[in-house]
Amino acid sequence: MFAEQLINGITLGSIYAIVALGYTIVFGVLDIINMAHGEIFMFGAFVGMLIATKAHAPLWAAFLGAIAVTAVMGYLLERIALRPLRGRSGGSALAPLISTIGVSILLENTAHKLFGAGNQLFETSFAEIKFEVGPVTVYLVQAAILAIAILLMAGLWLWLYKTRAGKGLRATAENLETAGLLGVDTTKIITATVVVASSMGGVAGVLVGMAFNYINNQMGLSMGLKGLAIIIFGGMGSVAGAVAGGILLGLSETFVVAYGSSGYRDAIAFIAIIVVLLIKPQGLFGQALPETRR
Amino acid sequence: MPRTIRLAGLIAMIAFALVFMGAAIQGKIGVISILTGQGSGYGEAITNGFKLARDEINAKGAVHIELVIEDSSGKQEQALAAGQKLINSAQVVAILGPTLSTEMKVMGPEANASGVPIMGTSTTAAGITQIGKYVFRNSLPESQAIPASVKKAVKKYNIKKVALFYGNDDVFTKSGFDTMKKVAEDLKLSIVTIETFQKGQSDYKAQLTKIKGLSPDAVFCSALYEEGAVILSQARKMGIKVPFVGGNGFNSPKVIEIAKEAAEGLLVATPWFADRNDPKVKAFVARYEKAYGKKPDQFAAQAYDALYIMAEALQKAGKADREKLRDALAGIRNFDGVLGKFSFDADRDVVMEPNVLIIKDGKFQMFQ
Repeated sequence: MFAEQLINGITLGSIYAIVALGYTIVFGVLDIINMAHGEIFMFGAFVGMLIATKAHAPLWAAFLGAIAVTAVMGYLLERIALRPLRGRSGGSALAPLISTIGVSILLENTAHKLFGAGNQLFETSFAEIKFEVGPVTVYLVQAAILAIAILLMAGLWLWLYKTRAGKGLRATAENLETAGLLGVDTTKIITATVVVASSMGGVAGVLVGMAFNYINNQMGLSMGLKGLAIIIFGGMGSVAGAVAGGILLGLSETFVVAYGSSGYRDAIAFIAIIVVLLIKPQGLFGQALPETRR
Repeated sequence: MPRTIRLAGLIAMIAFALVFMGAAIQGKIGVISILTGQGSGYGEAITNGFKLARDEINAKGAVHIELVIEDSSGKQEQALAAGQKLINSAQVVAILGPTLSTEMKVMGPEANASGVPIMGTSTTAAGITQIGKYVFRNSLPESQAIPASVKKAVKKYNIKKVALFYGNDDVFTKSGFDTMKKVAEDLKLSIVTIETFQKGQSDYKAQLTKIKGLSPDAVFCSALYEEGAVILSQARKMGIKVPFVGGNGFNSPKVIEIAKEAAEGLLVATPWFADRNDPKVKAFVARYEKAYGKKPDQFAAQAYDALYIMAEALQKAGKADREKLRDALAGIRNFDGVLGKFSFDADRDVVMEPNVLIIKDGKFQMFQ
C-alpha cells in the first residue's frame, strides 16, 4: 500500500508541478499572476479529449493538438489582455491580474457552452496499460507523467540558461526597460514566455485526463489555486521551486489521506506551506528580492 | 315554442346538476408549487403529476376535484402569501405542496393554525410532519431510503466490514453519510475507515487506495452522481470489486452514462422506479409520456399518488370538510399507488417500502 500511495502522490505531484511551471515562468518575466492559466490548462484537457477519445486519434496527436490550441490561446491572451495594459503610465499594477481573471471567467463559460457541464470521459488505450510489480499495480501512464514532468523541467532549464533566447528572457525578467535598451526584443520574449507557459498548461491538461479519466469545465479553478500555492511555496519565479513544491504538495496530500484523515487533506498540506513560509518567506527556492527588482 | 325548449333545457340542467352533485364529492384543492424561476423544473413535474391524476379521478366520477394552482417561486414569503390566498379567498379544503422543505417550514404552521390539511409531495427534511396534526407528506426521506438499501445489501452479500466515503462540503451528501453511519452502527458492522472528498475533485486515488488496502466487504458512498460516477470508475479500475451502496444523489441514469461498465454493482434505494414490473406503473408512465412527452420522474410520481390519496380521503370523509378530511387522511393505510404500498404512520409521516435498485447490464434493475 505504501508503494501504491507513493506512486499516487508522485503522479499528482508531477501534474501539480507542470501546472506550477506555467505560472512561475510568467511570473518570473512579467511579475504578474496569470489567473487564466488554470482555464487554459482545462482547454488543453478538452482538446486532448476531443482528439484522443472522440476522434480515436493516437495520443501524440492529442498532445500536439492540445499544445497547438493552448499556444494560440496564450498568444491571444498576451496580445489582447496583457499587451495593451503594459507600459501605460498611471495604470494600476493590478490591472493585468484583473484582466486575466476576466479571461479565466470567459474561458470557463466558453467551455461550458462548448462542452457542457459535468464530467466528460477521457479514454485512451494507453491509459489502460499496466504492469504488476509484486503486489503493486503500476500504470504506464503514471510513469509517463513523471517522465514528462522531468523532461519539461529540464527543457525549460536548458532554454533559460543555455540559449540566447533564455538569456534575453532572464534579462527581461531582471529589468524590462534595461533589457530593451540593451537590444533585447522584450515584446517578443514576453509573447514567447506566455505561449510556452500556456502550452505547458495544455500538456498538463492532457496528462490529467490520462491519469484520472474524467475532465470538466471547473477543473481549471481548483488546479489553478493549487498551482498558485505551489509557486508561493517553491519560490515565485523559480523553476526548481515549482517542481519541488508540486511534488511535495502531491505527496503530502496523498499521505495525509493514507495515514491520517482525508478530511484534513487540504488543511495539512496548506499548514505545511504556511510553516515553510514563516521560516523562509521567499519560498523554498526563492531568492531574496534583488534591489533592482521593482 | 322556443320558450318551452328553453324551459325544458333548464329543467334538464337542474336535474343533471342535482344528480351530479349527489353522486360526486366536490373538492377544491389548492396547490403551491414552483412555477417560475430556479427549481421550476420540479414544479412542472409536480403540477403535471397533479393534473394527470385530477383528469383520471374526475373521469371516474366518484370525486370531482378542482385544482387551484399558485406559484411560490421557491420563496418562503411567496409560498406563505399563496397559501393564505388559498385558505382564505379560494376556500380550499386542503393544500398540496409547497415544493421545498424550507417553504413548508413557514407554510405548514399557517395551514395547521387555520385547520387546513396540507400535504408535501417533495419535502424530505426532518421534522416536517411534526409541525402539527394537519401536516402530512408522502415523500420518502433519505433517512428511510438508505437503511432499506443497506439492509438488503448486507443480507445478500453477507457484509461485515464497510468503508464509508462521502462529500463533506455538501449538506445533502453529509446528511446521507450520517444516515449510513447510523445504519452501519445499528447493524453492528465494523467501519474500517471513513474517507471524505470535496466537490469537483478529480483524483480520488489516495482515498481509494487506502480503502482497497483495508479490504472492506462493501463501500457506502454518499455522493452526488457527478463525483460518484468518477469515484466508481477509479475504484473499479484500481481493482475494488465490492458492491457500492449510494444515497439518492447517486440515483441517476447519468451514473451509467459517465462511469459505463464501472457503474455495475451500485445499489440505491428510491421511492420511484419507472421500469417496475407493475401494470399500474406501466399505465401511469405511458399516460404521462403521452400527455407531456417525457417520462415521469420521482416528483411527478409522488404528486400523482398524493392527489389519489387526497381523493380516497375525500371519498372516506363523505364531503369536502377540512376537519373530516384530516381525519380520513390520517387513517390512510395500505394505499396502493404507483410508488407501491403506502401508509401514514401515527405522525402522518411516510411508511413505505422503497425500491432497492442495482445497476446491472448497463441499467437500473430491481435488486432481489
